[in-house]
Amino acid sequence: MIDLEKHVVVIYPHPDDEAFGASGTITQFRQKGIPVTYLCGTLGEMGRNMGNPTFANRETLSDFRKKELIDACKVMDVELRMLGYRDKTLEFESRDEIAQHLKKILEEIEPSLVITHFPGHAVHPDHNAMGAAAIEAVRLMNPDSRPKVWAQAISHDHVKLFGEPDVINNVKPVFDQKMRTIMAHRSQAQGVLGSMNGNAESAANMEEVAKERLGYESFYTWKFD
Amino acid sequence: MEPIHIEEVQKQLDRLANKEVYVHLETTNGAYASHFNENAYNVGAFIRNAKVNYLHGKIVGDNGTYRVGLKLDIGWVYAEGVNQWELDEQDRLLMAGHDREGRLMVALEISEQPFKN
Repeated sequence: MIDLEKHVVVIYPHPDDEAFGASGTITQFRQKGIPVTYLCGTLGEMGRNMGNPTFANRETLSDFRKKELIDACKVMDVELRMLGYRDKTLEFESRDEIAQHLKKILEEIEPSLVITHFPGHAVHPDHNAMGAAAIEAVRLMNPDSRPKVWAQAISHDHVKLFGEPDVINNVKPVFDQKMRTIMAHRSQAQGVLGSMNGNAESAANMEEVAKERLGYESFYTWKFD
Repeated sequence: MEPIHIEEVQKQLDRLANKEVYVHLETTNGAYASHFNENAYNVGAFIRNAKVNYLHGKIVGDNGTYRVGLKLDIGWVYAEGVNQWELDEQDRLLMAGHDREGRLMVALEISEQPFKN
């Protein structure tokens, strides 16, 4: 599944979306020397997790998450661009404006593959809005120079609706690196992993649960027209 | 943030009364509530930088959970469930309620300067 791409661009709205959703795949691309750029929509300003025990508050959270995002990108060894939108508000912005913003960046980078969320099936409204804008951005590009799009669905019913995703990456061989990327998001990691399994008390246990839940990263290749 | 100290918070509410202040008010159970629990229902609301001038503010409660009400000329600002507070380096009064895992459930913040957009 990990072909020799020219350049991969990952477009998600929150610091840590890349870690949980695609850091294994990103690592596999980087191991082949393929450049990866992460376009991160917001700084997760409105996140609920404040660390456990809490060390952030609503006003300091974005500074922590910005630093965590930079650290995570260092772990993955990818280029980072922060797009400057605000958490929770993406679906209320003009989709066309976000799409134009993204299109400009894509035309500059000329990636061969774009990874984003599957609009309408990515649970969080920001995921759906960013995914829709990303796909619109690619649709607006010249069909001859369009990158492929891998869209990630999170909703419980996507397999029932669309069948198994056509791209399923086993990222267990690089799971240590994925876990390091997740843990770089210090304010979020424990809370998010905990919500996947309330019984994961110890760190070792948590890693087992994470491997079970996050050991495969799957995407649907988007069909234009 | 620290556990609410009711006298200290009241002192700050008094300091910020009868002047133009900016309020951040928020409650949420998270965007994934119904994803992880099909019986849950996602709710949330926030107002960032509401400009108000309150006549008086009061904090009430016990057993580690508190309610705060700000009486306005023409209405009220209300938050239930705050349990921690902080006066930050910009003299902003930050109050919030977290669940056992440290997730924010409610926040009420008052500042003499607008909060970062």
